[in-house]
Order: sequence, then structure tokens, then C-alpha cells
Amino acid sequence: MSLRRTPLHALHKELGGRLVPFAGWEMPVQFGGVVSEHLAVRRQAGLFDVSHMGELRVTGPEALPLLQRLTPNDVSRLVPGRAQYSALTTDSGGFVDDIIVYRRGEESFLLVTNAANTPRDLAWIRERGGTAAECVEDLSDETALLALQGPRAQAILQTLTELDLTTVRYYRFAEGEVAGVPGTVARMGYTGEDGFEIMVPADRAEELARRLLDAGAPEGLVPTGLGARDTLRLEAKMALHGNDIDEDHSVEEADLGWIVKPDKGGFIGRDVLVAQRENGVTRKLVGFELRDRGVPRHGYPIVVNGEPFGEVTSGGHAPFLKKSLGLAYLPADACEPGQAFEVVIRGRPVPAEVVPTPFYVRPGKKKKKKKRAAAAAV
Amino acid sequence: MTPDDLYYSKEHEWLRLEGDGSATIGITDHAQQELGDIVYVELPDPDSALEADEVMGSVESVKAVSEIFCPVAGTVTAVNESLEDAPEVVNSDPYGDGWLIRLRLDDAGSPAATMLSAGDYDKHVASEAD
Repeated sequence: MSLRRTPLHALHKELGGRLVPFAGWEMPVQFGGVVSEHLAVRRQAGLFDVSHMGELRVTGPEALPLLQRLTPNDVSRLVPGRAQYSALTTDSGGFVDDIIVYRRGEESFLLVTNAANTPRDLAWIRERGGTAAECVEDLSDETALLALQGPRAQAILQTLTELDLTTVRYYRFAEGEVAGVPGTVARMGYTGEDGFEIMVPADRAEELARRLLDAGAPEGLVPTGLGARDTLRLEAKMALHGNDIDEDHSVEEADLGWIVKPDKGGFIGRDVLVAQRENGVTRKLVGFELRDRGVPRHGYPIVVNGEPFGEVTSGGHAPFLKKSLGLAYLPADACEPGQAFEVVIRGRPVPAEVVPTPFYVRPGKKKKKKKRAAAAAV
Repeated sequence: MTPDDLYYSKEHEWLRLEGDGSATIGITDHAQQELGDIVYVELPDPDSALEADEVMGSVESVKAVSEIFCPVAGTVTAVNESLEDAPEVVNSDPYGDGWLIRLRLDDAGSPAATMLSAGDYDKHVASEAD
């Protein structure tokens, strides 16, 4: 099967991007280099093409009840103009996908899904939603998504739009023009920095990207690829579907229990997730730091108390923190910061230690309180 | 440009004969470009005896890990310890300060029999890109 291309493919080539296959798409893994791009996003700003991600429109009287059944978060709490992180859950509380739900109107929603999962998500929604799923429409082909991330993101974007970005707070969005291109501007991201995700018609994406890069150049904006996106999200401990979360690990095990709102009523996987919250989980996703030299990577074996226990789900060298970090599922009684274990790197056991996450918190942002984790531990 | 006073392996290592029965080994400019930002270099212990084509260490970039093969047999006399704190030098100066190890050759004969010239290495890289 030939690789799919985003509307920015030609621009990526022009900018010297190194294009690689990713999730069935031909995507830029880097432009200037992963480390320099990573640091640019932490210090100034980076522009990512994430047009490979899926966009599903859900409209009509069935939309809200359908999404309430399919996702663990409480969609009824969203007012138009707000978005929430959520998931499509399996009966056992695992992830078909992790998604973002936008509420555009009383009966109008948009789901942003992972590129590789979009066909499966659609099939799942149709299978489990029955006739109500007829209100779901796949807009992925006609929609481009750009992520402008970094401390200078707002200043750069504000020069190109009449929207007052100070009113677009975290996980809110506004609809309007950016550089004359009509779109949706949401304050969110996958880097641990302040920033925006901008959704525009596919045929206007290149025009917008060029205007953003021009406007941002004096502020230090650079084009950034999927390599930096991965290292940035790891430092911020944001889960990657297919690595850290999947159908075999539940939302509670993934330490994402905050998106589970059992009080809202029935949804797929609710029974399992409620039981796990009440009785605790047997394993949990934690962050760790290597205590010796080496780089932990996805799939490397984990040894806890001398016994094999699973594997590294994500890992790598963190360019800003300059540490070797990773994520792994550990036994629930071995998840406290300071817990020692070993990562087997090409046959060599290397000491590692559980550390508090996120590894990186941007200056000025408060750390999320770990109420639920504390409750589960008693 | 690929320096023409070095020998090359198909696995993208280079080797320079030092004229005293020893050789310096590193990875090529093409290899460092393919790897991207190098964050960790794992090298053999000094005094290790290495066989030709034996894995002698690894180079890790942000994106990937790549094993390094010792192109000829010999005994390690020195490793580039400065790479422990500055692995990125392999990116910036692969044929100079980014060298990896020095080896006392088991066979003082020329590695020309088993390794590639600069011109042949360039052809090899071009053929891999096809």
C-alpha cells in the first residue's frame, strides 16, 4: 500500500524535512534535528504538521447520548467552545483509542483521533453505536491540523488573527480566521508547552503554514517533526496509543483515571473501571529514570525484584532534561517514587528508579494533584 | 566529502592506519547523518580483544540505536572517553574528534583486502539509497 501524504507534503520537502513512513503516512521525522527542534519548542516555538490525525464530526440529537456511551469522560459537562481529553473504551476499560472531544454546539461535536486508529475507531463507533452512529462523518481527508507549540506560540499566532487568544484558555477553542484562513483554534497540545492546534480546510493548510512560519521566524519558530513530538510528549508524560496505552491496558492502569466519570451514567467499560478504582489495579503506568548510562526504548524488558515484569512502553533520551527516561507498567505495589528496578538493555540489566511525573512541567504551570492515586493506594 | 585516506566498511565504519601497527576507528559522516542527534556512545573496555565484524559497541541517537562492528581484528588500546560527556561530537566531527576507538591490529597487513576505498564506499551508500 502506498503511503498517504498530508497537504503539507511539498512544503516539508521544500523545508528539508526527512520523510519517513509513520502510521501509513509519509511524515517528516525531523527538519533541523530532533534535539534542536525539541529545544526550540521548549524555549521559543515549533510548528508541527499533524494532519495525519483523524477528525470525525458527530452531529444531531443522537450525538450527545452516543458520545456518552462510547467515552468515559462526561461530555455533558462540555459547553460549546470547550474540549476534553477522553477515550474510546473497550468493555474491559482499555483503549480503542485516546481522543479529544470538541463541543461546537448543543448537538455538534468533533472527535480528533490518532491517525493509525481512525478506520478502527469508525468501525468501532458503528459497531457499538448502532443506528445512532449514522450521525458520525469522517472529515479526515478534507481537514488539516497544525500544532503551534511553545512559549512564543500565542504571540506568533496573535499577529495573524483577530481572535483574542487570551480568552481561549486551556482546552477551549474559538472559530475564526488565521491569516485569512477559516479554522478552529484550540489551546492544547502534545508537548508539555503552551500552544495551539489549528484545524483548517486541507486546501488552505500550506498557505497557513507558510504564513505562520514567516510570522514566527523573528520569534524563533522552526518547523518541527514527529521525532521531536515524541521526545517532547515523553518529557511531559503524555501517553502514546500503541506504546503506552492500548486495548490490553485499562484507563485506570494507564494512570488516566481522571478522565473516568462514573457518575455520568453507563458507558462502555464502566463496570471494570469502577471496580478497578474501588479495589485498586494490579499494575500501573509509571515514569522512571535510568540510574546508569544507556537509553531505554520501547519493548525493552523490565525486571522487578529479580522477576521479569513486562517491558518499557516508551523510552528515550530526553533532550531538555538531559536524562534517560521511560514509561512502564509496574506492579501496583512497586509504583512509588524511589522504587528500584532494572531495564534490560541488550542483555545488560541497567538500574532504574520510579520518579514523579510528569518529568517536565513548564515554568508557571501547576502540577496536577494526585488525589486519585493517593486514594487508590490506601 | 568522504576522506580518501581512510578505509570503509559496508556497515559505515571508517578506519585509519596510523603507521605503527595500530588503527583508529569511527563511524562515517553518512552514518551520523542517518542516525541524527547522537545521545549515547557505548564503547568496549580498553584491552578487549575484538574479532573482525564483532560488535564492539553501539551508538544511540534520539531516534535509534545502531550497533558498531569492528571491521578488523585487534586489541583495543584506547577509547574516546570524551564522548561520554559529549557524544554529539560524533555528529559534528565524525572523522576527527568523534573517533571511537584505537586498535592494535592483529594482522599488520593492509585492511584493503576486506574494506572499501572512499570511492567504493560512496557507491555503496548510493546503492543503499535506491
